[in-house]
Amino acid sequence: MSPKLKSNLELLGIYAIFAFMSVIIIYPIIWALGMSLNPGNSLYSATIIPENWSFEHYKWLFTDPNSNYLLWYKNSMIVSGSTAVLSVIMTSFVAYSFSRYNFVGRKSGLYTFLILQMFPVMMAMVALYIFLHLIGLLDSLTGLILIYIGSQIPFNAWLVKGYLDTIPRGLDEAARIDGAGHFTVFIKIIMPLAKPILAVVALFNFMTPLFDFILPSIVLRSPENFTIALGLFNFINDQFSNNFTRFAAGAILIAIPVAIIYLFLQRFLISGLTAGGTKG
Amino acid sequence: MAQNEENNGHLPKNQKKLNPNVAMVLSILLAGLGQIYNKRYMKGISFIILEIAFILATFDFLWLGLWGITTLGTIPGVDHSIYLLVYGIVSLLLLALAAIFYVFNVIDAKKQAQKINDGWVIPSIKQSLKNLYDKAFPYIMTAPGLVLLIFTVVFPLLFAIALAFTNYDLYNSPPRNLVEWIGFGNFMDLATVPIWQDTFASVFVWTIVWTIVATSFQIVVGLILAVLVNDKRVKFKKTIRTILILPWAVPAFVSILIFAAMFNDEFGAINRDIIIPLIGGNGLPWLTDPFYTKIVLIMIQTWLGYPFVFALFSGVLQSISSEWYEAAEVDGATRWQKFRNITLPHVLFATAPLLIIQYTTNFNNFNIIYLFNEGGPAVQGQNAGGTDILISWVYKLTFETNDYSMAAAISLIIGLMVSIFAIFQFRRTKSFKEEGNI
Repeated sequence: MSPKLKSNLELLGIYAIFAFMSVIIIYPIIWALGMSLNPGNSLYSATIIPENWSFEHYKWLFTDPNSNYLLWYKNSMIVSGSTAVLSVIMTSFVAYSFSRYNFVGRKSGLYTFLILQMFPVMMAMVALYIFLHLIGLLDSLTGLILIYIGSQIPFNAWLVKGYLDTIPRGLDEAARIDGAGHFTVFIKIIMPLAKPILAVVALFNFMTPLFDFILPSIVLRSPENFTIALGLFNFINDQFSNNFTRFAAGAILIAIPVAIIYLFLQRFLISGLTAGGTKG
Repeated sequence: MAQNEENNGHLPKNQKKLNPNVAMVLSILLAGLGQIYNKRYMKGISFIILEIAFILATFDFLWLGLWGITTLGTIPGVDHSIYLLVYGIVSLLLLALAAIFYVFNVIDAKKQAQKINDGWVIPSIKQSLKNLYDKAFPYIMTAPGLVLLIFTVVFPLLFAIALAFTNYDLYNSPPRNLVEWIGFGNFMDLATVPIWQDTFASVFVWTIVWTIVATSFQIVVGLILAVLVNDKRVKFKKTIRTILILPWAVPAFVSILIFAAMFNDEFGAINRDIIIPLIGGNGLPWLTDPFYTKIVLIMIQTWLGYPFVFALFSGVLQSISSEWYEAAEVDGATRWQKFRNITLPHVLFATAPLLIIQYTTNFNNFNIIYLFNEGGPAVQGQNAGGTDILISWVYKLTFETNDYSMAAAISLIIGLMVSIFAIFQFRRTKSFKEEGNI
């Protein structure tokens, strides 16, 4: 066998693998899209290419008086938006202190974060439930937001601190000599340079609450407070086969914008993660 | 800091020598007294006011809390054990905070007496306020985050730890009944009572198998694809990368529920459109036989998880200098040798901490287990589903059977394992730091 032929056969093999993977990746997505266009609620009679396709489920989500879809969408935006903004503020405060100042408790603080980030919030769900009940924040978006912000701190503080460590200290010192105070250095020098990693933190904290299902299911009780993930899950939780097509429609409407954002930002995300993450 | 202050002051005047030990003893007796002895009146008085305010404001609460956490209540129907436990933990946290402040005050009194003896001049009030601001700045910045962290992470964890040593369940639940401390009773049950023992053993084994197999698949598939796409001969790299990353872009929550429907035994697409037409029969029992469910779970997790690893590796592969490979070719290295000795070390070195996090994430990957089949199918002779991992079992014990204390005990075991892993990871990252200076 000539080297040329061998190389071509190899290349063929590689493309075959890609083709196979593409089918595995795309088939479920197309299938869900097909389901959402099937009229009727039954999964049994639904086919991947509907015979008489319709937008009936999409219409139902937006126009039916029984549909809370827009309300859930709004709730999710409130929760995700506030979590993202407040997380960035709190995390950058913490990371700046740990990166630039040498204070008593700094080292033990860093170790504590490292260990705390390993514990899943789930472990403490009974406690969270009772605690929110005690302070009257059960079934409220505020309670949910507070938990999200608090529990992301250990991981993201490490991530941002790792990134800030790579910003030369000479810059802050120069600003200090020019008379800038602690806070001015933080706002005017560090923040603009840390934009890439802060964007990563914001994106993570926007996406996590958007598709988290477990915490809202513990905290939120009334359907008008549901976030989108919890609401969608309830479409199929009760009578699985009956509402899957409607779930598919609702899920696709939220998955498409998210997927597009991710595809645009993935390179950016990865570089942020490796820059901060490997620094330890 | 000390040097700065020395420059700010004037030449030391003759001053009566202070005894640092007296300052220390005084500050132990009452916070602030030592500072007054050091002639720092403002500081001393504000310490005393703070201390008295703390005692006055919290005394009743601390008393109730400490009584509550030791007894967990004495009169059924009146004392609410769980609230008392919460008060107790909050009291302990407050006391810890006060203790830190107190220790700081004692050290401060002693150090300052020594510094004054060495000729340091007490700065003016304006100057000390500025010094205070300089010193306190990092604490001010971390305070909001820290408070939130304490209430949403530290406090709940402490509460869960405490619960593990009580008998809080459906039958012993306040306000009607009291909860009691039972020491290691829950852990003994896990080890000796047959149903707990069997369930724990099988759930534990599956959790470990799941973590190792699913995560390793994810990494291996990600690595193979990254290397293949990186091959010089492959065209349309950008399009191929975008397609391969799609599963990451689609929210996992949505994908898992779609897969759950596709693998439905009766009307799922897999059985109806693939298995029955190709192989015949009645299709495979994807959701009703634990063995098949486990296989599917691992496949789905691979589908969900490989793109992240793939994207990570692709980034690193593109940054490996081609000189390495050229040098290896000159030496007549085979392709496998090049992969083994150049590609693999580069890739693993740059991404190891993130890969380790993949394992811990899967260890506690509640979402896929619960959303796919709610940990099912049910298995005879144990009180967890056939595919439940530890964390989803904890969820079921908590919210389905209200076996709170047992759930907390298992959480504690999870926590212990995670901590051991954390220490391991920490040592890894430390060694990375040292090597990273190349």
